[in-house]
Amino acid sequence: MKLTIFRIVAAATMLGALLSCGSKTETNVEKGNREQILYVANGSEPRELDPQLTTGAPEHNILMALFEGLVNEHPKTLAITPGVAESWSVSDDDKTYTFQLRDTAAWSNGDKLTAHDFVYSWKRSLMPNFGSQWAYMKYFIRGAKAFHMGETDDFSSVGVKAISDAVFEVELENATPFFLKLLVHNSYYPVHQATIEKFAPIDQPISDWTKPANFVGNGPFVLSEWKLNNLIASVKNTKYWDAANVKLNGVTFFPIEDQQAEVRAFRSGQVHVTHTPTMAIEKIGYYQENEPELLDIVQTYSSYYYELNTTKPPFDDARVRRALAMAIDRDLLVGSVSKGGQSPGYTLVPPDPQGYVAKFHFGYDIEKAKALLAEAGYPNGEGFPEASILYNSQDDHRKIALAIQQMWKSSLNIDVGLNNQEWKVYLNSRKNFEHEVARAGWIADYVDPSNFFEIFLSTSGNNHTGWVSAEYDALIQQMQEEAREPQRFELFEKANKLLADEMPIIPIYYYTDINLKSPSVKGWYGNVKHSHPYNRVYLEEVKK
Amino acid sequence: MLKYIVKRLLAAIPVLFVVILITFVLVRLAPGGPFDEERNVPEQVLENLNKRYHLDDPAHIQFFQYVGNLLQGDFGPSYKYPNRSVTEIIYSGVPVTIELGFYALLVAIIIGISTGLLASLKPNTAQDYVPMSLAMVGICLPSFVLGPLLILFFGIWFEWLPVSGWGQSANDKILPALTLGATYAAYIARLTRGGMLEVLSQDYIRTATAMGLPRWRVVLVHALRGGLAPVVSFLGPAAAGLLSGSFVVETVFQIPGMGRFYLQAAFNRDYTMILGTTIFFSALIIVFNLITDIILVWLNPKLRHQTFKS
Repeated sequence: MKLTIFRIVAAATMLGALLSCGSKTETNVEKGNREQILYVANGSEPRELDPQLTTGAPEHNILMALFEGLVNEHPKTLAITPGVAESWSVSDDDKTYTFQLRDTAAWSNGDKLTAHDFVYSWKRSLMPNFGSQWAYMKYFIRGAKAFHMGETDDFSSVGVKAISDAVFEVELENATPFFLKLLVHNSYYPVHQATIEKFAPIDQPISDWTKPANFVGNGPFVLSEWKLNNLIASVKNTKYWDAANVKLNGVTFFPIEDQQAEVRAFRSGQVHVTHTPTMAIEKIGYYQENEPELLDIVQTYSSYYYELNTTKPPFDDARVRRALAMAIDRDLLVGSVSKGGQSPGYTLVPPDPQGYVAKFHFGYDIEKAKALLAEAGYPNGEGFPEASILYNSQDDHRKIALAIQQMWKSSLNIDVGLNNQEWKVYLNSRKNFEHEVARAGWIADYVDPSNFFEIFLSTSGNNHTGWVSAEYDALIQQMQEEAREPQRFELFEKANKLLADEMPIIPIYYYTDINLKSPSVKGWYGNVKHSHPYNRVYLEEVKK
Repeated sequence: MLKYIVKRLLAAIPVLFVVILITFVLVRLAPGGPFDEERNVPEQVLENLNKRYHLDDPAHIQFFQYVGNLLQGDFGPSYKYPNRSVTEIIYSGVPVTIELGFYALLVAIIIGISTGLLASLKPNTAQDYVPMSLAMVGICLPSFVLGPLLILFFGIWFEWLPVSGWGQSANDKILPALTLGATYAAYIARLTRGGMLEVLSQDYIRTATAMGLPRWRVVLVHALRGGLAPVVSFLGPAAAGLLSGSFVVETVFQIPGMGRFYLQAAFNRDYTMILGTTIFFSALIIVFNLITDIILVWLNPKLRHQTFKS
C-alpha cells in the first residue's frame, strides 16, 4: 500500500517536473528577428571552410558570408556588381580584364586587401600538389592549365598579375564572355596569406587556419564558432568595406542532413530558412495546400537526366535512344510524381530567362517512339535485351524511375529493371560503365550553356555515356573560341540539335529548389543559382 | 580483484586486433572510395590525394602503418574533413554520446525498475498487465518512430520542448534521452518483474516477512538485490545497444555525437574515421562488459569468493 502510494507520488512528481520545465521559451526565429541574426538550415556539415578546397553547395553557402570575391551578384537578377573590385575594364580583344580594387577593401583583422592577395590565392588553387578540385575552372586563364599540370613551376607564365597594390590584371586564353560570372565562385575568393603561412606552406591543404580562433576573411561576416555537427556561427565583420549597409548582425548555420529533421527545425522555429536543394518530398504537398506563403520554389539552372550507356547494345543505336526519350510523359512526371514545381525537360540545357533558351524540343510522341523502336529491330518491344535503371537510393529518384519504367512498359512494351545503390556504390558503378541507364544531374557552375554542353565532350570525365562524336567536340571547341552572342547562340542551338538527334542522354526535368522561408526574412530572392548574398538580407518581425 | 581486471584487459587486446583487421578489410572491400565525388575528380588531383593519404601503398603496408600509428595514439587524419584529425573528431563527439547514453540509461533504469517492481508485487492483475503491455509496445516501437512522435506531441503541438540540438536551449536533452531510453526501460521492466517474481517466492523472503519486517523493507532491501541480477547482467549489452542506438536518435534530434559521425563516415568511405570510431566503440563495449561482470560478482558474495580468489 505504502509502496503504491510512494510510486504514484513519484510518477506524478516526474510528470510535473517534465511539464513545468517545458514552458514556452523564445525560439531562434523570435530571438533572431530581435537581434538580427539569421538562422539557416544548411544541409551537411561542411568538409572545410578553405574557399579553394571546398566543392559542395553547403560550403559555398557559408563561404559567401565569410569571403567576398572581385565581383558580386545582384540578389534578384544575378547581374554582376562590384565586390572587392570597384570597377573593371576589358581590352578590345576581350582577353584582358583589369580590375581596380577599392582602397577600403580590408581583411577582418584590419590588414589591407591588395591585388597581391588575389595573385597568391589563385596561385594556391592552381598548385599541382594542393589538390583543388575546382582548378579546372581557372583553365580559362592563359597558362593556368600548364601550371596546374606541372608543366612549369613558374607562376609568372600564368595570366594573373598584380600591376600594383590596387590593380589586378587577368589574361585569358580565349575571349570568354561569361568570365565575370565565374568570379563569384568560392574558388576565386582571396585568402589571407599571412594567416595561412602561419600554419602550413602554400600548397599544404591540411591546416588549422580555418579554425575560428585563427580565421581571417574579407566577407560581410567573420567566423566566430564552429562546433562539429552542431553549428557554424558568424558575426558581422566591422572591417568589411560595406559594413554600414549590412543589416544583419550575424548568420548561424545548422548542419542538418536529415530532411525530416530539417522540416521539424523550421516548424518549431529553430531556423528562419532552409538552404538545401530540396525538402522532404511528402511535406511539399502539405505546405502547398496549407501554408504556401512559407514555401519558396525557384527554378534553377540545373538539369536532371538519364545517361544511356552507348557502349552496350541496344543503347548503341540512336533510334532506340530517341524512342526511349520520346516515350516519357514528362508533364505527368513533374505534375504527379515529383510534385516540386519542376519544369519538364526536352533539352539538356535549362532555359535562362536572361540568356539562351533552347528552340528545338523533341516532344512526347508515343507513335513515333514505337516506329523508331520497330525500325531498330524491336517491334513492339520484342527481343529487347535486359536493362535496368541505375539510381542512388533516394525516394524521389525511386519514384521517377518507377514511373518511367511503367511508361516504357505501357507504351513500348519493354521490361526495364530498377537498380538502386547507395551513393558511393552508385558513383562507382557509373564510373565503371556498369549501367545501361543511369540517373544523373548537373547543377551549373556558372550560368552559361557551355557548362552543360562540355559535359559530353569525348574527353570529359563527367560523360558516362561512352558517346564520342568528333562533330560535337569540334562544335564545342568553336563555342569556346566564339565571343559574340548571336553566333554563340547559334552554336548552342546546333549542339542542342545534335544531342537531340543522337540522344546519348534523356533530359527529364529541370530542378527547382524547394525551401521553407519564414516571412520575417527580407532581401532573400529566388534566382536560378539559389544564390543569396547575406549582405543584403535582413529580418523584420511580421505583424500577425 | 586487480589480477582479475588485468587478466580481462589483456585478453581484450587480441579481440581489438581482430576487430581492426576485419574492419580494415571490410571498408576497403566496399565499392566506392573516399574521394569519389559526383563530379569527376581530375586524374592528377586523385593521384595526389592517394599519395598524400598513402592509399596507393599495398594493402598490408597500409594496415601495418595504421596499427603502428595507432600504438602511438594517432588515429590519422579524416579523409572527409581534411583539417581535422580523427582524434579531434572523436573527442568532440564522444562526450556528447556518453552523456546522451548516460541520461538514457538513467531513464531506462528509473522507469524500468520501478515499473517492473510495481508489476511484480501484484502479478496477474491490472497493476501487472498495464505496465507490461506498455513495455511490449516500447520494445516493438523503434526509436525512429518514437522520436518523431514525441517531437510531434511535445515539440510541435504543445511547444514545450525543443525539437533538435544538444545544449543549445534548455531542456533539449530530455526528448532524446527519453527516446533512447524507452526501449531499454521496457526491457528492464520485464527483466525486473521476472527477477523479482523469482526472488519474492524464495524462503528467505517469507522468513523476513514472518519476522515482522515492513513490506517496503522486505522488497527494497532484501528482495531487490537478488531480483536485480538479471537487470545487471543485461546492462552490458544495454550499454552497447545504447551506444549504437544513439545513431538513430542523434540523426533524428541532430545531436553532434559519435553516432552521427560514424554514419557519415560509412557513407563517405572515410576509412580512418570508420576505423577510429569502430575501435573506440569496441573498446568501450569491452570495458562496459568488464564493469558489468564485476558488479554482478560483487552483488553476490558466493560468486565473489569464487571469482576473485581463484
